[in-house]
Amino acid sequence: MLVASGLGNFARDALDLQVQVDAIGLGAIFALMAVGIGLVFGVMRLVNFAYGQLIMAGAFALAFASERDWPVAAGIALCFAVVLALSLAMERVVFRPLRTQSAAVMLIATFAVSFLLQSIALLWFGPLGKTATSLVELNRPVSVGGVDIRKITIAAIVVAAICLVLLVLLLGRTSIGLHMRAAAIDSSTARLLGVRANMVSVVSVLIAGALAALVAVMLTVQYPTVTPTYGLQETILVLAGVVVGGMTRLVSATLGGFLIGYVSGLLGGALPSSQSQYLPSFLFGLVILVLLLRPDGLFTRSRGLVERV
Amino acid sequence: MRAARTAAELLVPAALVVATALLGALVSQTNEIYFITALIYVSTVVALYVFVGNSGVLSFGHISFFAVGVWAAGVLSIPESEKPATMPYLWDFLSSTTVGNIPSLLIAAAVGGVFALVVGLPLMRLSGLAAGIATFAVLGITNNFLRYYEKVGPGLNVFSSVPETTDLLQATIGALLVIAAAFAYQRSRLGRQLRATREDPAAARAVGVSIYRQRLWAFGLSGFLIGFAGGLYIHFIPINVDAVYLDLTFITLAMLVIGGTTSLLGAVVGALFVSGLDSFVGEMEDGMTLFGQTVDLPNGSRIVVVSSIMALVLILRPGGLTGGREFSLPRVSRKATT
Repeated sequence: MLVASGLGNFARDALDLQVQVDAIGLGAIFALMAVGIGLVFGVMRLVNFAYGQLIMAGAFALAFASERDWPVAAGIALCFAVVLALSLAMERVVFRPLRTQSAAVMLIATFAVSFLLQSIALLWFGPLGKTATSLVELNRPVSVGGVDIRKITIAAIVVAAICLVLLVLLLGRTSIGLHMRAAAIDSSTARLLGVRANMVSVVSVLIAGALAALVAVMLTVQYPTVTPTYGLQETILVLAGVVVGGMTRLVSATLGGFLIGYVSGLLGGALPSSQSQYLPSFLFGLVILVLLLRPDGLFTRSRGLVERV
Repeated sequence: MRAARTAAELLVPAALVVATALLGALVSQTNEIYFITALIYVSTVVALYVFVGNSGVLSFGHISFFAVGVWAAGVLSIPESEKPATMPYLWDFLSSTTVGNIPSLLIAAAVGGVFALVVGLPLMRLSGLAAGIATFAVLGITNNFLRYYEKVGPGLNVFSSVPETTDLLQATIGALLVIAAAFAYQRSRLGRQLRATREDPAAARAVGVSIYRQRLWAFGLSGFLIGFAGGLYIHFIPINVDAVYLDLTFITLAMLVIGGTTSLLGAVVGALFVSGLDSFVGEMEDGMTLFGQTVDLPNGSRIVVVSSIMALVLILRPGGLTGGREFSLPRVSRKATT
């Protein structure tokens, strides 16, 4: 009885328009991160655990700019510059030498990079972090049909949609996009046919970096306090979402990212406060459940699990 | 000759541990803790190796079994009189039971092992990235649960008044026991079957090896051993839930990969190398004299140094320091055909 009424409350809260809008906004940001992670994985077969630290670095750049009262555009430019430079450095120093190694070695290496950047941030900015305030204006709500929608939610959804369309055009209509898709399907054959592997990996890392910078801008609007672990929790969730969606295709990875952001927003809005501290457990429990049912991904067509010899 | 080689596979790692212990006995009381920490890391990493090394499947979930070991040993060995003050919401049977040192370690191991088996029952059907993320999800759930569920422990607070019984001798014996168990397992029928699935899953299936069952056994044994290591740890320093989450997962996996994932020797070498390095930089943070010059690094440098060196080792020597091979076993390694 109690459970039934609890479920009823949960369903009512979850269907609440306000909760829905916020969940979609979070899903949009997560989807952008999922594209960044999925793109690099597709081209290089590398799970970039350090993606969150790119966002963290971008957020610190924004905080740096806002503390010095730079104009907003300059702050965003600095954010992009820092994140892109860091992405390039990561690609050159870590990803490229490890390209032929096993997935485990590459993952551990990005783990190392992630902790390295985190601890540098800790040394530099201290555990309490800094505050980025220049874009806080976007956090104000506008009322649409009785629902308070924060401007950033609208911005996030619009930006995510535009980015995805641009990316689809880039991958589908340009020759570098063709090269990237070729490298994602079969890297060695693509190289034999004249696809420049370094070029392709640099471009994918740069696109992923640009997306990370965008996410940094949008996250700092909602969470202006930037600490060394900024973006870490989100990255972990997105990584889980990407695998749940299916890493083999960019579309399924993106959908997976969106889905986990959406579900996370939904649970956050609808769980009673006595249980909201267990939100990560609910999410991870769902992740495990989906992985057990669809180990190849929720949005992929299942292939035979057993390798034929 | 063969027997000598087999013996070396066990004795060289064991000798490294004993040498570390002897060094630890020679240094001052303040430096002794570094050696005890290193030995506990050896137990932890070797336990992790039992599953990851033999199966070739990466697990991010092992620190959950370590954590439940910490919780079991910690909660059960805090004196009864202290419990109401630090853990007021504890379940009755936990707050009224207190056990000694050795029983608490055994319980820690048992809890870790049972938890691993229960988790492994569904999860060992997965492989690759799905397995990685699923084991990570287990870590997330365990951490979340231990953090807020105060009926089983101190929640966010630090474990206080756990008897500090893990001294140099006990840490050494613990590490040797874990190494012996790992050795016995990898030489056993079960261990060989699992290693076969690592080298060639299709061929292993063809000769009738159940990949699922072999991974499950190893997962359980590995959870048992790492739960034991968790018990050793909480009897050494008071910690809280943050100490058994991402950082520890990262550092133990890093130790294993740096040492060389596929060998027992690699696990031991990696644990000793990284914790030695970590202690060294830790000392420098407090200021030390090196070659006549005073080095004083800011606090927090240790992770910077350790993670850069880790990235460097991975780039220069992706097979790990030992190349994933046991001592004095010259084997022709199959080069990857990519």
